[in-house]
Amino acid sequence: MSTATTAQPKWWNGGKSPFNVEYGKLMMWYFLMSDAFTFGAFLIAYGTVRFSTNGWPDPNEVFQSFPGLGDGLPLMFVSLMTFILIISSVTMVLAVKAGHENNKQKVVTNLIWTIIGGAAFLGCQAWEWSHLHHAGAWWGRIDTSATSHFLNADGSMPSTNFSNFFFTITGFHGFHVLSGVVINIVMLIMTLNDTFEKRGHYLMIEKAGLYWHFVDLVWVFVFTCFYLI
Amino acid sequence: MEQSEVVQLEHHENKNEVRNVTIVLTVLTLIELGLGFAMMKMTPGSFGVMASKITIIVLMLAKAYYIVGYFMHLKHEVRNLIMTIIVPLALFIWFIAAFLYDGNSFRNLRNNNDRHFKEQSEIKVEKKEHKSGSHNDATHKEEVKPAVHQ
Repeated sequence: MSTATTAQPKWWNGGKSPFNVEYGKLMMWYFLMSDAFTFGAFLIAYGTVRFSTNGWPDPNEVFQSFPGLGDGLPLMFVSLMTFILIISSVTMVLAVKAGHENNKQKVVTNLIWTIIGGAAFLGCQAWEWSHLHHAGAWWGRIDTSATSHFLNADGSMPSTNFSNFFFTITGFHGFHVLSGVVINIVMLIMTLNDTFEKRGHYLMIEKAGLYWHFVDLVWVFVFTCFYLI
Repeated sequence: MEQSEVVQLEHHENKNEVRNVTIVLTVLTLIELGLGFAMMKMTPGSFGVMASKITIIVLMLAKAYYIVGYFMHLKHEVRNLIMTIIVPLALFIWFIAAFLYDGNSFRNLRNNNDRHFKEQSEIKVEKKEHKSGSHNDATHKEEVKPAVHQ
């Protein structure tokens, strides 16, 4: 209608993406927001139940083993797991950067490292679950004997709230790590098949990267809530 | 000419950014772990423990800021996009405060009005020292039953 100012951006005639961002990337962000609320709800439920209870197991008593090194090493194994996940996030950032530079080989290398990191984390989590299970914990079950590692810090009988929340939340997170590893493997195959070379951009890797960083971010919160505070 | 200059600048900014953010995240994690270790030596419920926990939470939020802002690139996005993410997440502030307050209130109400609940937490299980090394569930399992209430 107006023939006047040409300085006005054309909002409604197409050719301009909202926020200057590709549709898929925006949708990934909004999906991650919804997932953040899901994890947030789980963690807040954990906090609420913990705040409403008098006694709670001491994490330094529960989580003190390291594979191959036995007991008496609180925080060691979870530190390793956290470190692995952070490094895998770094390699993912490098993969995305390599994508911007259209450097296929570098994308492949960094994706492989990210996949290895994710798989290593899953292996560690599986070991932790197996160890706790053998120590007497599972959904609906917790060792209440006199020699239990799970006794409340104030000496009273622990409830299954602890084990239920632990396995549910770390399980839900582990499921996200697993699906992230699968997605990254698919990304790797697509990269090797020159799918992105043909497209002319590696934007898909960026979206997978967002998901992977989200998984790392959730672990930061889960590890803090269960192991540190 | 101009375009490649811009690309060059961005490339340089990113090159150090990844390394620096990685270092920041590592340092923050190490501090958190350090506090975790220090807390083991403190008296449970003391001011030191409270202050350490609050510091750990603040550090955790700082890590979230770096991961979301730099690794997920949000800081470099259009401002309105940042807002559509951050503003809804601000709901968490109220979410957390309200529920933790509620949980705490529930605990107080139960302690004051439910004698069974209060006494449950006062029955101490006699702790027996656990032999270090591999566990064998079958060998030592003594069931401790709490006193039966009238």
